[in-house]
Formats: sequence, C-alpha cells, structure tokens
Amino acid sequence: MPQAVLKMIQTPAEMIVEVDGIAMRYEGGVQALKGVDLKIPAGRLTSFLGPSGCGKTTLLKIIAGLLVPTEGEVRIRGARVAGPGPDRAFVFQDFALMPWATVIRNVAFGLELRGVAKDARHEIARKYIAEVGLAGFEESYPHELSGGMRQRVGLARALAVDADILMMDEPFASVDEQTRRKFQEDLLELLAKERKTVIFVTHSIEEAVYVSDQVVLLSPRPGRVQQIIDTEVDRSKTPDEIRRDKNYLDRVDEIWAILKTYLR
Amino acid sequence: MKLFGRQIPIVYSLFLWAAAWELVGRFAGIAVIPPLSAVFATGAEMIPTEKFQAAMAVTADAYFKGLVLSVAVGIPMGFLMGVSKTVDRLLGVWVNIFVSAPLTAVVPIFMVLLGIGQATVVASVFLFSIWAIVLDTRAGVKHVNPSLPEMARFFGAGPWRIFHRIYLPAALPEVLAGIRLGLIRAVKGVVIGQLLIAIMGIGELFELYSSNFLFDEFWALLLMVFAFAFATAEAVGLVEKRIEYYAKTR
Repeated sequence: MPQAVLKMIQTPAEMIVEVDGIAMRYEGGVQALKGVDLKIPAGRLTSFLGPSGCGKTTLLKIIAGLLVPTEGEVRIRGARVAGPGPDRAFVFQDFALMPWATVIRNVAFGLELRGVAKDARHEIARKYIAEVGLAGFEESYPHELSGGMRQRVGLARALAVDADILMMDEPFASVDEQTRRKFQEDLLELLAKERKTVIFVTHSIEEAVYVSDQVVLLSPRPGRVQQIIDTEVDRSKTPDEIRRDKNYLDRVDEIWAILKTYLR
Repeated sequence: MKLFGRQIPIVYSLFLWAAAWELVGRFAGIAVIPPLSAVFATGAEMIPTEKFQAAMAVTADAYFKGLVLSVAVGIPMGFLMGVSKTVDRLLGVWVNIFVSAPLTAVVPIFMVLLGIGQATVVASVFLFSIWAIVLDTRAGVKHVNPSLPEMARFFGAGPWRIFHRIYLPAALPEVLAGIRLGLIRAVKGVVIGQLLIAIMGIGELFELYSSNFLFDEFWALLLMVFAFAFATAEAVGLVEKRIEYYAKTR
C-alpha cells in the first residue's frame, strides 16, 4: 500500500484512531450520527464538543467498542474495532464505581478482570490512587467520598490499566465548579506525565479549549463533524495565565460563534 | 413508648400482653384459652417427646427442601426477568398472579399430582415462598445502574463475570429482602401443606391437639411456630443490615 506509506510520511503525528463513515441509528429510529469521518492524532488531547443530543457520547462509545455503529468502522492503529480492548480505557460520566467495593478494589477492577494477581494489581492501584491525589482513601467506600473524589477514583481505574487511549465521557459534568477547575488542572499535569492519547466529551466550550489540543465540533442531530479547531494553547504557561491568554479567549469566542448558530 | 415521661423498651409491651393472657386464662374460664404459664409448661414437656421431635424433623426437612428449591429457581428466574424484557413479559403475568393468589386452594392439586406425602409439602413450601424471591430479585436487577455492567464489559468481563461480579452484589440487598419474605412465607407453606394433608409433621399435631381439645399443647405448638418464623426473618434482617451501607448509596 504505497499510498498509506506516503500518508504516514506526510503526517507528522501518527493518527491512532480513524473514524470512517460512521452512522448510528438507534432502535427507535433516532439517527444520532451520520457520515462521521475523523482522525485523532496520537499523544494529544482531542475533545468532542457540540449541543446536547448531537451524539458526542454515542461517537465516544462507538470508538470504545461499547456500541456497534449501523454503518462505517473505527480503526485503531489500522485494526478494525470489534469491541472493547486493552488499548483503550474509559472514564464514565456517572463514575460507574461499585458501591460495595473499596476505592482500591474499584481502581484495581480493570486489572482484576485482566487476570493480574492481587498483590501486583493492588500495588499498581495504590500508585494511581496516589497520583490522582487520593492517597489515604484506599480503604474508603465510594459513598464516603465527594463527587469530585469519586471521579478521581474513576480516572485512577482508567489509568491503572495503562491503555494508550484514555476516553472520558463528560468526566466533570457531575462535579461542582471549583472541584472541576482543580480537577482539570490536575488532569493536565497528570497527562503531561503519562503521554496518552486522550479523547474527551464535553459540552463546555471553556473546558474543551482549556484541556484539549484539538476541538472537534459536532453539528446537531444527526451529528457530523462540523469543524476541527486547533486550540494552539501554550501548555508551558500556568493554568491562570492560560485562562487569561488572548489566544485562549479568541478560541472560546470563535467556537461560541459557531455553536450559537445551532441554537435557533 | 413512653410512660411517666420515661422511655420504655418495646419488649415490655410483650410482657403486658402476656400478663393479660395469663389473667384471662386463669379467671375467665374459657377452655380454648388456657393460662400462658400452663402453655409454657406444656411446651417444655412436649419438646423432649419422641413424637414431637419426629414431627419437627419431618417439618424441617420439607421446609428446607422447599426453600432451597425456591432460592435455586427463584433467583435465576428473577434475574432473567430483570435483564430480559421478553422473559419479563412471558413470566411477569404468572408471577404477579401467584404472588397475590390464595395459594392454599392450589395445594389439593399437588395432593393429586404428587400424592399425600412429603413431596406435596415440599411443593407447597416452594409455591408459597418462591414468588417474593422472584419479584425482589427482579426489582434488584432492574435497579442496577446500567453503567456498571457496561463498565465491566468495557474492562473485558464476559456475561458470566458480569453476572456474578456486578449484578449479584448490586442486587444483593433486594435478593436478601426477597429471601427474608420467602422464609416467612415458607413457614406458611409448610403449615398449610401439612394441615391439609393432616397426617404429617406439625400438621398432624395441630389436627390431633385441636380435635382432642388439647389447648395447652395447641397453643404451645403455635407459639413455637410463630417464634421460629419471627426468629428466621430477624436473622436474615441482621444480614441485610450489614450490607445496608451500600444499598442506600446506589
């Protein structure tokens, strides 16, 4: 395949995820997505942004292998996605923590399902619990934690399986504003260390621009890719500098101008 | 309960009623109501007798066999109804009819089908206890946050592991509540089954005592059956309390 080789030479970043002609029609006849084509670069943060009901979460779950599209296919490193796989990890919007299990058992659950022995998986889990800032809460139960802390458990569980692609479905949706900001900052810091490809669903423009390198704008239902915007945010700046940066603010306005046209 | 501004433990009301019974039994002269002390004394005499122990053994045998059968069939059935709409539609009507139907009327059919013997009593226990277990398990499974099985599937769990690592623990509070109700209804089932057959276990004893006007014995046996039903339900209740901490937080 000479063309494919040529393409690889031309593109600087490897396109780890390729979404090809995806359409999704639910059983009731709702057309959630139509003709979605998209490439996601490795090692960067990509967010899906769009009005509610545009199929952002559906698209994410198709890439995750949790939903089967009606048409089209998703390829990861060229291989067709047929279901969930160890190359991906998922952070659920409602945390999806098992209420009967302690934090450490929840974090180690992905490893447990993969057959990692107890001592080994608890050691890994302990490390990621510390990294998300929850050291000391290993033996707590989810209901003893605040919403923000629970989501950190969900993040630790996703990091613990050490997948290349980290997928997050509105991870901050059920968290209050202050917690959300702190969490965003911590997440960026953590991801700078972990070097993962991150795909992120959000309905907040500020969040999309602040935490991602490229924003994929989806149109209202049936969702399709409207525009892809490089945020060009300078990650060497401090969080407060970024939030006051002219470039950041311009991007937020630019996206708002597009989204506004959907609201009629 | 409060008396003269002081909190009185609830058990004291039991003593009050026991005292009333004793007085009525001693002074009202009603043959059907012997004094409570006489009932207790008779009960204490009854327990070591061979006849009583044999009756208890055969009753306990039917009770536990029927109950094990109920749990073994009821939990998978309720689970399937909870996860599959088709199964739910197929069985839902019947379960709802049986849970509210006067099941006593069905026991004679068992006598015809299974003969007058232990099998009929086991079937009666099963019939009385299974429906609560089915319905509560179904409700428990329906309550499971759909993200949890999805999460397990995402991290690589197959159907069996999703069942026993997610659905089972998630539905455990409701399953236990169903088993507790099943235990109580199984007592009903065993007594009614044996009473209708009238030649077995405590059913035979009840028949014997009431037809011979042995009311001391009759009441002693009745109190023991009541106490057993109450104690087993309380025992399961204790287990339920221990896992309540997560039932509340779902």
